[in-house]
Amino acid sequence: MSATPPHLRPSMTASALAIGFLAVWLLVAAFPFFWTLWGSFKVEADFFSRSSWWNAITGPATERQTGSAFTLAGYEGAWIEREFWRAALNTVIVTVSVTTVSLLFGTLGGYALSRSTRNYTVWILIAALVFRAMPHITLVSGYLLPFFELNVWGVLPTAIVVLVAINQPFTLWMLHSFFLSIPKDIDESAMVDGCTRFQAFRLAVIPVMWPGVITTGLFSFLLAYNDFAVTAMLLNQENQTMVPKINSFLGTVQTQGSIMYAVAATVSATVPLFILVMFFQRRIVAGLTAGAVKG
Amino acid sequence: MAPSALAMILFIVVPIGSILVQSLFVEHERVLVTVENCGPFGCTEETRVDTAATAELRAEEPLGRFNGLGTYIDRGHLAVDELAAILSDNAGPGDIAARVMNLPFYKALAFTLAYTLLVTPLCMALGFAVALAVNALPRLAKGPVIFLTLLPYIATPLLGALAVFWMINTDGIIGATLQAIFDDPTLSLQASPMLTWITLIVWGIWHMAPFAFVVFYAGLQTVPADTLESAMIDGASRWERILYVTVPHLKPLAIFVGLILLMDNFRVFEPIIGFSAEANATSLSWSIYNDLNGQGGQLFGSAAATSVLTTIGVMILLTPVLIRTWRGAGGRAA
Repeated sequence: MSATPPHLRPSMTASALAIGFLAVWLLVAAFPFFWTLWGSFKVEADFFSRSSWWNAITGPATERQTGSAFTLAGYEGAWIEREFWRAALNTVIVTVSVTTVSLLFGTLGGYALSRSTRNYTVWILIAALVFRAMPHITLVSGYLLPFFELNVWGVLPTAIVVLVAINQPFTLWMLHSFFLSIPKDIDESAMVDGCTRFQAFRLAVIPVMWPGVITTGLFSFLLAYNDFAVTAMLLNQENQTMVPKINSFLGTVQTQGSIMYAVAATVSATVPLFILVMFFQRRIVAGLTAGAVKG
Repeated sequence: MAPSALAMILFIVVPIGSILVQSLFVEHERVLVTVENCGPFGCTEETRVDTAATAELRAEEPLGRFNGLGTYIDRGHLAVDELAAILSDNAGPGDIAARVMNLPFYKALAFTLAYTLLVTPLCMALGFAVALAVNALPRLAKGPVIFLTLLPYIATPLLGALAVFWMINTDGIIGATLQAIFDDPTLSLQASPMLTWITLIVWGIWHMAPFAFVVFYAGLQTVPADTLESAMIDGASRWERILYVTVPHLKPLAIFVGLILLMDNFRVFEPIIGFSAEANATSLSWSIYNDLNGQGGQLFGSAAATSVLTTIGVMILLTPVLIRTWRGAGGRAA
């Protein structure tokens, strides 16, 4: 939006109120993450201090136990001792595969839909709505027994396929509307020049569709990365991704300090996500509003 | 198109069929054998589980034995008999409520509905307020402010819940501070159902408000400046301008945001795990997870019945919207 005309600018008091409100909100929104980041470099006695929360900031117990105010003990315990690197690797495999496969099917399907002369839009919209509304765990409870019987439970490809399927209606819906915004003239003129339908797609449409594909891809990635219901139920111990792995840190071990493994692992899983958001903020905002702006 | 449609049918229609079928079955009972143990002090009869025979029976018929609609009306789900008993013999509405809340399905349903119906409007209100405030900021400040605002929504729900849970823990910064303020060393946000519900609902608002914010913020960019200006010339105050120009302009967006929030809030699940809140608050999604994750074997029939009931709930929630979409699209069909 261009600069607001001066007479429409809010008054001083209203601005001050708005800024005060915003400051409180930002504190509430972001503080838990920074607090956890800071605390992950302390020992349990400090981060969960019985005497004073100030200990979590200065870290006297950390200094006593490790000789310095910051320690990597939590990270060492999680990544090396409890093999969190394996979970991180699994997460990379799952998220990359889910994003790639979703986009592959989604672009082809979305393109075909947007160029089809029949009116599928309503059906896609309704399907996307219904399937987005289904809690993932209800779908998982349907898969579980057949997967046991087919003997495909517990492995990464199963989880990937399920996540792609859950994601597909949404991907189709989004890419479909992106393709609608690319004028038909582009591929039609390519076809007049002698391209086949597929060549027209490859040579004329693919070069201009990247913004839409990147945005959709980001959401596929976020779905796969943030998922707990599917990965927790469908993967066995060795194949666990990061989120169920962190949950298992909490469930099984009660020994001194192991909660700090969970804290360190949480930070390890959250930091890459936030860095990604920082780079792709514009795309994410565009994607979140894409469905809305079309009404 | 064809592979997409196939994948959709295979992975979304099939599981719905699968839960319908599974919900009609129930786990096999364990095969019991009676053996006589004879020792120096005479013989005793003992009933034991025949593990091998049980395993064989389970392998032969993995679905279990047919139970019809039995699972739906048992104590863990609709609890028809228990409800009838409560209604026929009770000590007033308070007693009814307390006893119904002891039935697992109604306990989960009550929390799920309360969560959905409270978090959705409060999220929208907070999101709208933040959007108005951000919109008034100078251009350079907007980027970082939007970034920080998005964090609760983008963060993995389970991990976001854990980060907050560690703070409100009795040993965490917020929990300890609350104890100090109220001078009550036993105060814990997990102690009573009421406090747990409030904690989870506040967490839900914190988690989902950024989504409402982003959509409303984008909507604010499209409010026509001329209309605002003419309202001003006509003497409308700031609040009147928001109330009579901005809000009506954003109404279609609000319906969209409300719909998405309803769907997302209805499946509330991760915070219950993250906050270890299951003693005081359970949700439908959590019940299914709990059945599937059971210590003494997985209860597929029970999970499937809850899944079917949840799906029916989703349908009821969506019906008005689906009808609207259908009519709207019919009118706009190109």
